Amino acid sequence: MSLETMTIFSPQLAARFDALVEKYPVRRSALVPMLLYAQDEIGYLSDTVIAEVAERIGITTLDVRNVATYYSMLRFKPAGRFNVQVCTNISCMLRGGYDVLEKFQEELGIGHKGITPDGIFSLEEVECIGACCWAPAIQVNYAFHDDLTPDQVPGIISNYRGSIGAEGKV
Amino acid sequence: MPRLVSHPDEVKIVTRRFGQGAAAIDKYIQLGGYEAVQKCLAQGPEWIINEMKASNLRGRGGAGFPTGLKWSFVPKQSAKPKYVLVNGDESEPGTCKDHLIFLHDPHAIIEGTMIAGLAIGAKLGFIYLRGEYRYLLEIMEKAVADAYAKGYLGKNIFGSDTEFQIITQTGAGAYEVGEESALMESLEGKRGVPRIKPPFPAVVGLYGGPTVINNVETIASVPHVISMGAAAYAAVGSERNGGTRLFGLSGHVERPGVYELPMGYNLKKMIYEVGGGVRGGRGLKAVVPGGSSTPVLLPEEIENLGMDFDQVGKAGSMLGSGGVVVIDDQTCIVEFALRTISFYQHESCGWCIPCREGTDWLKKSLTRFHAGFGTAKDIDNIQYLAENMMGRTFCPLGDAAAMPTLGFVKKFRKEFEDHLNGKPCAFARIEKPGLVEVH
Repeated sequence: MSLETMTIFSPQLAARFDALVEKYPVRRSALVPMLLYAQDEIGYLSDTVIAEVAERIGITTLDVRNVATYYSMLRFKPAGRFNVQVCTNISCMLRGGYDVLEKFQEELGIGHKGITPDGIFSLEEVECIGACCWAPAIQVNYAFHDDLTPDQVPGIISNYRGSIGAEGKV
Repeated sequence: MPRLVSHPDEVKIVTRRFGQGAAAIDKYIQLGGYEAVQKCLAQGPEWIINEMKASNLRGRGGAGFPTGLKWSFVPKQSAKPKYVLVNGDESEPGTCKDHLIFLHDPHAIIEGTMIAGLAIGAKLGFIYLRGEYRYLLEIMEKAVADAYAKGYLGKNIFGSDTEFQIITQTGAGAYEVGEESALMESLEGKRGVPRIKPPFPAVVGLYGGPTVINNVETIASVPHVISMGAAAYAAVGSERNGGTRLFGLSGHVERPGVYELPMGYNLKKMIYEVGGGVRGGRGLKAVVPGGSSTPVLLPEEIENLGMDFDQVGKAGSMLGSGGVVVIDDQTCIVEFALRTISFYQHESCGWCIPCREGTDWLKKSLTRFHAGFGTAKDIDNIQYLAENMMGRTFCPLGDAAAMPTLGFVKKFRKEFEDHLNGKPCAFARIEKPGLVEVH
């Protein structure tokens, strides 16, 4: 296929990928970043995403899947628009990480790997996110929120909900 | 934005530019940045490696291997290109120091990478950040672009005929990728499983070429070693442990944060004076000295303990990543052990059977035990399982899971025994959902 006409990615991301595969001594080194950036734009690694990434790198889709299934941030079905990742590892646990997780479960009405019916939020209990000295900490998509208490949770949720404009754009 | 902390006992070397806007290249230059690399360019590889050796700088990722010695292992002549690889996959629970270096001083990482490149004769360096650190990747990418724009990176660095390029790379979520051979696999676009050693990366590394792999904190220390002079840098630390360490104080401590203290700083003082003591005036039950993989220490073991690689090693634990996790006397050690092993079970890459199966069985045993369904035999079994994982895997993740488990069982056997016979755990969160998953 001709990637110029067939790409499922935005022109900006397609251009970025064109540059990315040329950047390394070996084309395949672009694979992990490409998968993550593709997921950021499309929402998850759909069959079409995997097919196009495989084509761009020049490897089989099986090979792409073999690599993609290794990395915990990569997913094969959609998450919510705001993916709330609550760390409960030791440093966060000692300072109330589980209380923060429970509060999110309560407020959103979903559990680990759950997604709200409107598709706006999803929730994950995650391993250490590298914010141990500012625990308990969470990430909403890539944004860190630290030094949390459970009573801050409703505010965080409504801020994200409120950031969606009338056209559904963030 | 992560909070910055300060204490009079700190010796600010690596953190010297924190909070001063040094992510902007002009500010970095104004604060003395990019002078060290130019000095190295003039002095040449042998001088750099000798300085690094004399500085007693040791790897800040956890193993504490002398940096100068590591660099000296790279062959001078090589048919394949040589590489520098900076490990910013910071994922050891209790560790967030590299987070701050990326945020506040990305050019120090670039400068250190360049110096490593000059020392070993590499023309290309990679800076690998864990996938969760996207905002830090963006800061790092901007810093690299700015360094290219100034002509500091490229075909002719600082107008010389020496070439050095830097590529930034994102991971996508994997603790195991912090292991150096798995890191290379990931950078080559593969699953992050470890390689067998030897050959060591210094001989056969990334793309088969000789490769030096250093932690972010190590690399960020390098320009300071050059600027201060090796002798002055070494003098800051303790014997055979040059310089400072970015200690991450977390858990039940009054003032958690990343503090830069001289190597060999007393651990008790670190907790009680620098960190303000145990939160809420409670008693200290235990402390994890260097990230979750390092065996726990009891209050009586930290009295006269200097925090450097050798002294913590002698005390039966490891300095590791410098992540000091303080545990108060209201904490259930069985739960803490369970949460620790759950992490390693989740992160085991599955390549080596003792690690894959061992972490899984340990998690299952501890889960059952903590839920109140343990037997006396379980305690011995947990110890037996952990002992049989030690030293039987390609990479240190198996050991990283077994070592803390052994520490908990050996030092807190009584607390394990208290969980038996339906005796309720005084501190447990057994009722809480999420943690206890009996399979």
